[in-house]
Parts: sequence; C-alpha cells; structure tokens
Amino acid sequence: MNSTDILLWVALPYLTIAVFVTGMFWRYKYDKFGWTTRSSQLYERKVIRIASPLFHLGILAVLGGHIMGLLIPENWTDSAGLSEDSYHLMAVGLGAVSGACTLFGISLLIYRRRTNGAVFAATSKNDKTMYIFLTAAICLGLVTTLVGSGIIGDGYNYRETVSPWFRSIFLMNPQPNLMAEAPFSFQIHAVAGMLLFLIWPFTRLVHAFSAPVQYLFRPYVVYRERGPHDPGSRPVKRGWERVG
Amino acid sequence: MKIMAQMGMVMNLDKCIGCHTCSVTCKQAWTNRTGVEYAWFNNVETRPGQGYPRTYQDQDKWKGGWELKRGKLRLRSGGRVKRLLQIFSNPKLPTLQDYYEPWTYEYDMLISTPLGEHTPVARPKSLITGKPMKIEWSANWDDDLAGGPELAPNDPVLVKIRDQVTDRVKLEFEQAFMFYLPRICEHCLNPACVAACPSGAMYKRAEDGIVLVDQDACRGWRMCVSGCPYKKVYFNHSTGKAEKCTLCYPRLEVGLPTVCSETCVGRLRYLGLFLYDADGVSAAAATENEHDLLQAQLDLLLDPNDPIVQEQALRDGIPQDWLEAAKNSPVYKLAKVYKVALPLHPEYRTMPMVWYIPPLSPVVDALRETGNDAEEAGNLFGALEALRIPIEYLAELFTAGDTAPVSRSLKTLAAMRSYMRDVNLGREPRPEIPAAVGMSEEMIYNLYRLLAIAKYEDRYVIPKAHAETARDLEELACSLDVSGGPGQYKPGPFGAASSRPVPVAVETFHALKVRQTTEVLIPLDAVRMNLKNWHGNGTTND
Ligand code: HEM
Ligand code: SF4
Ligand code: SF4
Repeated sequence: MNSTDILLWVALPYLTIAVFVTGMFWRYKYDKFGWTTRSSQLYERKVIRIASPLFHLGILAVLGGHIMGLLIPENWTDSAGLSEDSYHLMAVGLGAVSGACTLFGISLLIYRRRTNGAVFAATSKNDKTMYIFLTAAICLGLVTTLVGSGIIGDGYNYRETVSPWFRSIFLMNPQPNLMAEAPFSFQIHAVAGMLLFLIWPFTRLVHAFSAPVQYLFRPYVVYRERGPHDPGSRPVKRGWERVG
Repeated sequence: MKIMAQMGMVMNLDKCIGCHTCSVTCKQAWTNRTGVEYAWFNNVETRPGQGYPRTYQDQDKWKGGWELKRGKLRLRSGGRVKRLLQIFSNPKLPTLQDYYEPWTYEYDMLISTPLGEHTPVARPKSLITGKPMKIEWSANWDDDLAGGPELAPNDPVLVKIRDQVTDRVKLEFEQAFMFYLPRICEHCLNPACVAACPSGAMYKRAEDGIVLVDQDACRGWRMCVSGCPYKKVYFNHSTGKAEKCTLCYPRLEVGLPTVCSETCVGRLRYLGLFLYDADGVSAAAATENEHDLLQAQLDLLLDPNDPIVQEQALRDGIPQDWLEAAKNSPVYKLAKVYKVALPLHPEYRTMPMVWYIPPLSPVVDALRETGNDAEEAGNLFGALEALRIPIEYLAELFTAGDTAPVSRSLKTLAAMRSYMRDVNLGREPRPEIPAAVGMSEEMIYNLYRLLAIAKYEDRYVIPKAHAETARDLEELACSLDVSGGPGQYKPGPFGAASSRPVPVAVETFHALKVRQTTEVLIPLDAVRMNLKNWHGNGTTND
C-alpha cells in the first residue's frame, strides 16, 4: 500500500462525500430554481420515447444492483441460503440486462442530443461534461461486470474486497488495502464513480434526488395560502449572489 | 360546507373583434422571454378552427382533464402510479410543432450586408435552433379562416357534431359562421394541472383561487402540461419549469384588472368574485351525465346576498370587503343570475372559472342576409331555432353538447336587443319580450347596462389583497437595466436553468394604480417606469 492508495481509497472517497453532501445542500438551499430535469421533450418526442425510459429503468436497476452488491455483506446472502454461485448467476444476468439497457439508452440519448438541432442547441457545457463522466462510469462499470463474471479473464469476486472497502468508508474505518488488491478495472470504475458523484450536485443529475414518490400520498388538489406578504412575487431569498 | 372565494372572468364573445390586443399586451407583460417565446398565456383563436396548440380539444388524443371511471373521478391520463411510470417520457406531451416553432428575422442582414447587386433580405431564423427555417404554422395561422376546407375537418369540435348529426355533414358556405374565442387559463375549481403535478409545485391560492406554479418547487416533470385539457400550462424549455397565466395576480392584489382585460379593445371582459362551496367540488365534478355538469357547476356558486352564506363566509375567513365585492360581482350575475355566461368545455370536469357569453352576431348576420328584420324578437327567436349548426357548435364548446342552455342564453341576448331597441327608439317597451325569456323588464335593463354600457367599475369589481403586515409597498427593484432589475437576472453558473426566477412584479403595481387613477401629473423621476405601463400622465423621457 502506498500513498496513491491512501489518496484514492481514503482521501478521494471522503472528499467525494463531503463535496456531494455540502454541494447538494448548498444547491438545494440556493438554487431550487435550477433544480429541474430540464426536459427536452418539447423539442423532440420520438427518440426520447424509447431512449429515456430505457436509460432510466436501466440505471435504476443498476443502482439497485450496486446497493445489493456493495452494501449487503456476502455472509448475509450466504446465511439466507443464497449460494455464491446462484448469487453470481443472478447478479451477472440482471446486471448484464440492465447494463445493456442503460448503455443502449444513453447512446440513444447522446445520439439524440447531437443530431437533433433543437436539442443540441439546448445542450449546455455543463450537460456535455456531465455526459462524459456519466458515460465513462457506465462503460467502465460494464467492463467490471465482464471481468467479475469471468467473461473476460477468470472471474473475480468483488464482494470480498471492493464491497467491504465500500462499507468501511461509511463505517469510518477505511481499509484502502482491500481496494488496492482489486483488479485495475474495478479500481478505475470506482474512481470514475466517485468523480461522477463529485460533479453530481452541480449538474442536472440533481433531479434524481427529487423523485416524486410523495405524489402517491397527497390529495389531488393542493391549496396554499398567499399569506400576508407584499403584493407580487414573494421576496427572493436565494441566489448565487448575496442577497441584499 | 366550506366557502371559498374565487376570482373569475366572463368574456362577452359578441364584442370580440379578434384584434389580439389582449394576446400582445399579455405577451409583452409576461412571456417576452427566451424559453416561452412560443407560449401565449392569452390567445385568441378563430372558431371553427384547430385552436392553439392544434387540436388541443381532442381529448381522445391528448388525454387532458378528468373522466369518470366506474363512477369515480380520475385523470384521463390514468392513475397516479401510471403517471409516475410514464415520468421518463410523457406520452401525451405536445411538441413545439403542435404549438409552432418561434422565429425571428435576420434583421441585421439589412444593414450589415455589403453593397452588392441584390437587395439584402432578412430571412426567418428559428429561435429554437438558430438556423434558417421555413415558416409553416404559428399560434394564429388560421386566423379569420373559420376553418376553411383544408383546416375545418381537423377542428375537434366540428368533428364531434359531424359524427353526431350525420345528415348534416356538409359545411356549406351558406352555413358558414365565424367567431373569436379568446382563451386564458380557466383557474379551475378542480384543476387537472394541479392534480397531475407530481412534485406538488402547482397550487390553488386559498384566498382567491388563482392557480399558480411555484417556480422553486417545480422539477420539470411536465405532467401539468398534458394534464390540462385546455393546454394552458406551458413548459419553459430554457429554464425547464412550467409557467402559466397568473391572472395577473400582482395587479389584482392591488385592485387592478388583468392586463388582457384592461387593454381589451372591445371592453368585453368582466372580473369579479364567486363564492363557492369548496367541499362540494369533487362531487359536482363527478356528476354522471355530462349535460348536468353545467348545472352542478352553477349549484356550487353561492348567492352572496343570502345571509346564511354571508355568515358562513365570514366564519370561513373571507374578509368583509371581499364579501361586499362578491355581492357586486359582475361575473356571478352573468353566470348565475342572468344565466347568459357559460363555462368552456364543462365536460373536462375541471370546473373552469372563465365563462363565456356565446355570440349572437352569427345568428343576427345570417338573419339580416335573408332580408329579415334582424332585431325583431320573433325573427331572432325563430332564427335561433332554424340555425342548428352554429348552436350545436356552441353547445359543443360550452355545454358538453346540450343545446338548451346555449339557446336560452342567446334568446336572452336577443330579447335584450329587441327590448332595448324599442326603448331607444322611444317606442312603447314590450314587457312580453323579457317575459318570453323569464325575465323582468328591470332585469333586462340591468343586463343591458352591464353588457352594453359596461362601465369600467361595473366590469371590474376587484377587492384588494390583504397585506396587513406588509410594509408600504416599495417594489423590489425595477427598471430593466438598473442593478437589481430583471436585466440582472442573468443565467446562473449552471446555465439558463439556474440562478433566480425573474420576479413577477417587475414594477410597483401600487404606484401604477396611483398613476392610472390620479389627476395630477406625477414627476417621473419619482417613480421608475417602463413604456409598457405608461399611464399617459407625464412623459416617458425625463
Ligand atoms: C428515479 C429518479 C429519476 C427520475 C424520476 C428521472 C426523471 C427524468 C426526467 C423526467 C428527465 C427528462 C427527460 C426529458 O428530456 O423529457 C430526465 C432526464 C435525464 N436523467 Fe433522469 N430521472 C431519475 C433518475 C436519474 C438518474 C439516477 C440518472 C443518472 C445517473 C439520470 C440521468 C438523466 C439524464 C442524463 C437525463 C438527460 C437526458 C437527456 O439527454 O435529455 N436520471 N430524468
Ligand atoms: S385551465 Fe388552468 S387551472 Fe384549469 S387545468 Fe388548465 S392550467 Fe390548470
Ligand atoms: S383585446 Fe378584446 S376584442 Fe381584441 S381580441 Fe382580445 S378579447 Fe377580443
């Protein structure tokens, strides 16, 4: 273990968490107005009809897979009677399908962004940067699936190294040596993932954290009181510049 | 019973000349910004015609509004779970092509082109892609065409009556009729847009029923756009947030009418309060038979002169001055007392609160062309029976196809016309004319004063908002180029969608009210102003 390992597997994860948490908090507090999907469906309807659900359902499944694989310790699934082999088979199967959906979805989305004049004109530098990081993380992730499953090489059980390392970060007992042992493909995917979360609060990806589940539980028609403030829009209390 | 107040509007269609002043002033005031170039909070469409966005009334296609499913009210686009599952791409969202692609011209070419053989031209350029474009449609492309042979077949309203009355298929030229339909958001009692919004950013203001979008809470799920059957929520494609007609609430709050009403050339818009029973809304909207929806909606509106209603209203927190305003409300009178105003498409079950007095002119014109006395009550009543197509068309717009209320409204207008002709010509007034439509002479006369004389203070009865705790109102900050003004609201570091929303009150509406109503010339350096709201007192260049 050397200082690069400490940097990558201790410093970077904590930096990511710090930036992500404060970044999200700050963005929410000061830029609620910018917190939006910035849908581009008004410009183009046909491609997005397939691309967006494909990508989103794929990425949500991938997210579920990460939670399963990284957060749930191997001995839990073992004691639940799920053998390593069947877990593996399930993970690779579902992972490959959702990964493929995600990859195909994001390719279509990027293709659409590039080829449709209106959508391209509405693509900001921020969007482009975000897409580079997101695509990198997804592609490198697919490579780890191939490596881990043994489709490339002899297979690798990341639940014995990468996953405990991941949990060790949150348990405030970082174990960089576990990650230092992992294959290069896993290492670089982990770095790409952390970089994605580093920029997350500053991109349109923030919309993922406002998934409107509360919609299922509220009454249909919402009433709000105007309150006793001055006529006109209510006072603006937020902004990038200091107010006042 | 819970009584709430609702600001409502009535438009007298007979007087609309289709000048679009309302649309233009509204646009100047609210949507002259990038991202909403294509949006017209107020638009005026020629009927028959396809409307804006094209064919928006075809709910089989767009799935806007509510429907009854096994006796229960639900959004036509499906239940909550289904809506969430469709959030990644909304299957019923209109695209820009359904509205129109906004454009500008390359004016710069006219002055910057070097001297040459050919005269320079300013080509149209898309405001969306920035590329040269071919103009093929706009918000008003079919203006004054009354459908026409190419477009009329696509008018969803005509399609409907044609299906129902197969033997009257032909849109013969002699039967042609045309009128204008100015439209804003209906500020519905049972708003489908609010119900469809997953993030709860849209709401109905408890005090006056105005339906608004909280720009900070909107997350761009764009479900409201497809939820509204009138397509009166627009997606700002630059900020990624929904926007809609605000009923000019900053103006109403200080007692000024909306911009569209104020500037209407025909002076045909009326603004005032309805008192309604908020607890009864869902049940009324779930009325089984579509033809009974109008009555259900009228039943929700309570009589502000009834002492029981007054007592309850005060208990429910409606201020005394609002109650007084409700008593004088022109919209209540037109909708419920005289029963001449009708809601637009009650069958969408949103309980719309912008009402329309159907136009009698197409009937009068047709009658005059036949050489008859077009002001004679008997002739008019007869013509109303004979001219089925216009009436069926109007019924499809205003009463879910039930011709009786439309006929009654038009007959009342016809009775008013001929009764008042006798009065104006100094002849003996004939009480049997009002009696024929179930009204007294006094009622007809009052209706005439409201519709024909239409004094400013009779058209607009707007109680001020209560801002007891508010400071004396000095506006946020305000000229376009001054630091702190809207000019300063540049995009934030994350593109057009970040930073702050442009505040709606871009000037002191209180000051505006003072300026508009004062006799004295106010020196302009005392108040910052812009040309759009110039009041005629003083000059614009100080
Ligand atoms: C469950 C939560 C989520 C919801 C409800 C959601 C919803 C949406 C919606 C409505 C759009 C706009 C589509 C349009 O243009 O009309 C969108 C765009 C997008 N979302 Fe999500 N999203 C979610 C989670 C995520 C996640 C986890 C990611 C990535 C890690 C993501 C990445 C994107 C991207 C990249 C776009 C832009 C697509 C384009 O190129 O236009 N979303 N999302
Ligand atoms: S007309 Fe207005 S209040 Fe009614 S559903 Fe549409 S946007 Fe909402
Ligand atoms: S300003 Fe009045 S008359 Fe002119 S189009 Fe609008 S509603 Fe009709």
